[in-house]
Amino acid sequence: MTRGEPTALERFINGILPENPVYRQLLGMCPVLAVTNGMKPAMTMAGATAFVLILANIMISLMRGLLKPHLRILVFTLTIATFVTIADRLLAAYMYEMSKQLGPYVPLIIVNCLIISRCEICASKQDVRVAVADGVGMSLGFALALASIATVREILGSGTWLGLPVMPGFWPNWGIMVLPPGAFLTLGLLLGMVEWVNQARAKKAGKRE
Amino acid sequence: MAEAPKSRNFIGQAWLVILLALLYGGALATVHTALSARIAENKRNETYSVIPILVEGADQSMTAEVSVEGQNGKELTVYRVLDSGGHHRGWVLPAAGQGFADQIEILIGLDAEVSTIAGLYVLGQKETPGLGDYITGEGFRNRFRGKPTDRPLVVVKSDPKANNEILALTGATISSESVSGIVNRALANLKGPIRQLAPGGGEEQDEASSPADRQGETGP
Repeated sequence: MTRGEPTALERFINGILPENPVYRQLLGMCPVLAVTNGMKPAMTMAGATAFVLILANIMISLMRGLLKPHLRILVFTLTIATFVTIADRLLAAYMYEMSKQLGPYVPLIIVNCLIISRCEICASKQDVRVAVADGVGMSLGFALALASIATVREILGSGTWLGLPVMPGFWPNWGIMVLPPGAFLTLGLLLGMVEWVNQARAKKAGKRE
Repeated sequence: MAEAPKSRNFIGQAWLVILLALLYGGALATVHTALSARIAENKRNETYSVIPILVEGADQSMTAEVSVEGQNGKELTVYRVLDSGGHHRGWVLPAAGQGFADQIEILIGLDAEVSTIAGLYVLGQKETPGLGDYITGEGFRNRFRGKPTDRPLVVVKSDPKANNEILALTGATISSESVSGIVNRALANLKGPIRQLAPGGGEEQDEASSPADRQGETGP
């Protein structure tokens, strides 16, 4: 990775796969493990995180010239907490059932390191255009990661996907996949798979040169 | 850092934080004003949907909202629960208080005589996942069922002996105590006033403000 600041397009693409927040940076593990027992809660969480991440990135980028080094984290936290509270209230008003199901995990978006790390790494240094591209890219990467884990867990654990039945009637639902151990098993196996693919590709690239 | 080591100009340092705090505070107030009616409506709908769980034989369509003045002098809305035949079956009281993490909101179902707790339901909570959030589970809520209202509930950590004792959740003593505290305070505050409202319950009025009430009021 070069030391120069990446462009908007690079930021956007990096967020999705090359620097995927979950599979490459291992950030945001709390929602990754806690709300991926079904696609619906996982996608709601991804949406709420995207809302907070993109808006926080925009705000921080707009005032990046005013930030004082020793007060910047305070400003980040203040901004993130505000948007998380707004997201929480919006869910409670318009998606009440989902808001109840996610419970404390929505306010816990405040402590998702993904968001504060994007404020620090990108938004506080680059202009709004790049910050938006970065926020959207990282949000897509996060949503993709949540979706991959939730897909495995919901199909194996409940025989459904987004609430629709997909498995044949004789499928015995693997209860463990819905419970916390299923989250760890799925995450571990998927992480291993991603790493394996990456290493295989690196080897290939090395041979070609 | 090349800046002056210590600036006495606090405003110069902190103006952005102060300005943002005001701005964000205003934004949150606006969001709250815009959405609170809708959120309250969602909670009300949920309350109606769980009334049959809280009071046996209840008919949601027969439920009436009654405004009561509590012993603390505040007006509160409680639900008078009737069955499909129009017979008085009990009451549902909304109550809230501080939990371990955030506000816990509960609904307390009472029988027609306001003498025992008929059921309990947690409307909102943000307790620790995997520990305190078990207060929403049926296992914990059923521990309140059938408890008397004349004595304050006490949370215990071993098998309950007296009938006003509630077994705490393992690893969530504070959450358990919060819930029983909310129940105690709500009962102390509203038991007397709703007994007065109850049909044929007028004579019990004197008994209603027995020392147990006041004892509960001074509770935690």
